[in-house]
Amino acid sequence: MAGEMTARTEIEDFIVSYAHDIDDGAVERWPGYFAEDGIYQIITRETFEAGLPLGIMYCEGRGMMSDRVKAMQTANIYEAHTYCHMLGRSQIGSGDNGRYGVRTNFNIVRTMQDGGSKMFAVGKYLDVIEIQDGRPLFKERRVVLESRRVDILLVYPL
Amino acid sequence: MTLSTVDDLNEPLKWPEGGITRIPYRLYVDPEIYALEQQRIFRGPVWNFLCLEIDIPNAGDFKTSTVGEIPIIVTRDENGDVHAMVNRCVHKGALVCLKEKGNAKLLNCIYHSWSYDLQGRLKGVAFRNGLKGKGGLPDDFDASQHSLEPLRVELFCGLVFGTFSEETPSAESYFGKPMSDFMRRNLDRPLKPLGMHSQIIHNNWKLYAENVRDSYHATLLHTFYSTFKINRLDMDGGIILAEDKWHSISYAKRATFDEAPEYKQEKIHSVQYDDSLAGPQLLNSWPEFEDGITHSIQALFPNLAVQFTLNSLAVRFFVPRGIDKTELFWFYVGYERDDEAQTAMRVMQGNLTGASGLVSLEDGCINEFVQRGTKGSADGMGLAEMGGREVESSDQSRATETAIRGFWTGYRRIMDIA
Repeated sequence: MAGEMTARTEIEDFIVSYAHDIDDGAVERWPGYFAEDGIYQIITRETFEAGLPLGIMYCEGRGMMSDRVKAMQTANIYEAHTYCHMLGRSQIGSGDNGRYGVRTNFNIVRTMQDGGSKMFAVGKYLDVIEIQDGRPLFKERRVVLESRRVDILLVYPL
Repeated sequence: MTLSTVDDLNEPLKWPEGGITRIPYRLYVDPEIYALEQQRIFRGPVWNFLCLEIDIPNAGDFKTSTVGEIPIIVTRDENGDVHAMVNRCVHKGALVCLKEKGNAKLLNCIYHSWSYDLQGRLKGVAFRNGLKGKGGLPDDFDASQHSLEPLRVELFCGLVFGTFSEETPSAESYFGKPMSDFMRRNLDRPLKPLGMHSQIIHNNWKLYAENVRDSYHATLLHTFYSTFKINRLDMDGGIILAEDKWHSISYAKRATFDEAPEYKQEKIHSVQYDDSLAGPQLLNSWPEFEDGITHSIQALFPNLAVQFTLNSLAVRFFVPRGIDKTELFWFYVGYERDDEAQTAMRVMQGNLTGASGLVSLEDGCINEFVQRGTKGSADGMGLAEMGGREVESSDQSRATETAIRGFWTGYRRIMDIA
């Protein structure tokens, strides 16, 4: 029981810390939340439920994630903005073989340069989290968006 | 009052001196012009993209779409024939189909339960004969005179097109031979859906129509293209215009890259980025066609484009949602014949375009910057003189705005602006 509680606390802290790093603009820390071969995908609910493979963003491994970070920091052009994540309570699966299936609902408010704060993304994280050397890491993080529609563009990871 | 010609505008409209190389900003901001476009263009002699055939594979399938701002239903009937009609009940004008997609034998308006068959013919009216002999429709009510407003439909290369006009020629002659041939190259085999999303861009729909024809900006604004040598102006490539000018193809051949010094000399933002990828699998690709073309965008008037970037095939459909708002749909597809590895490569290359596209995400905001920049300057105008003032195909260079001049040539003609 105590062990389960520890795992829950660790996983929750991990998920919160991921969100706060992105909110704080520390996007270069994003790939470090994933296992070396971890998968990250943003996909619309419609595409996900149809069982189709192609979403909005897809990274296989930390390398692709750091390429994304490099691109958004030095190459891509977009208007400055910040995110603020609001997370629901995580539902955590059994943890067989040190792997946990975790679902967490989220709302993300985006604030643009002109001062407008608006709901930008609503959905759920469907995660597979592995404890490696006592530390949780994402083997998979699938971000399933309720809406098929993205306002303007999506550059920072969710 | 419905606007039907430029003479109906409160403020007279004439094309500025300098012809098609000058683009009045007013065309992006004037609500009256927007209303006139709905009549002259979207209800006019053009083929409007409605959906992909694979959206409605089976008898009874329906899908909703829009032509300009008009809500549309596309159906496949019991015999496999495809129909399109305005999604507006003949009774009160309510939407008949609320769901975006589905399968049905009859289309039923929920308001008063009037129902239509898959061809749009009125088949049932609730309490038509009243109740207990009282009420109901007059005896001489003729249901056959009350069908959902139909569009003519043509299927071409797996795409479903519709038109309101009797004057629109066949899709093949509307697009013309070079465009039709290229559509066949890209799409004329069984397609497989891979995924879909859309983007709201805060600009007039024509700014995106220009954007997809703008081969000049592509490698300047979109760093990824140039840095990873997916598409640069120093590759063999060109612009092919349709005879009517308003459709075009921009293409490049990656294998012919021959670095031009101008990219470095002019300190172009887009080549400053270090080009070593930590995840090089992003750009895994295979040559699909013998013509050597590895990158193309085909723009089809009024609001459709087909993208083939390396192996990433997508239908881009941009729908006006108001004078300064456009919804841009990305329908990613592959071929039924693709093997697993090919599908995986198309999925991976999906990262290049779309709302988060490493090469294209700037288009989500750049057109809005024009919309915002031109605010309060309805009398001003933009310039399109790159590559000269002619409106002709260009097989030598893509440092040209000829396809943009082509779009406005067609626009001016269909809008009948003197």
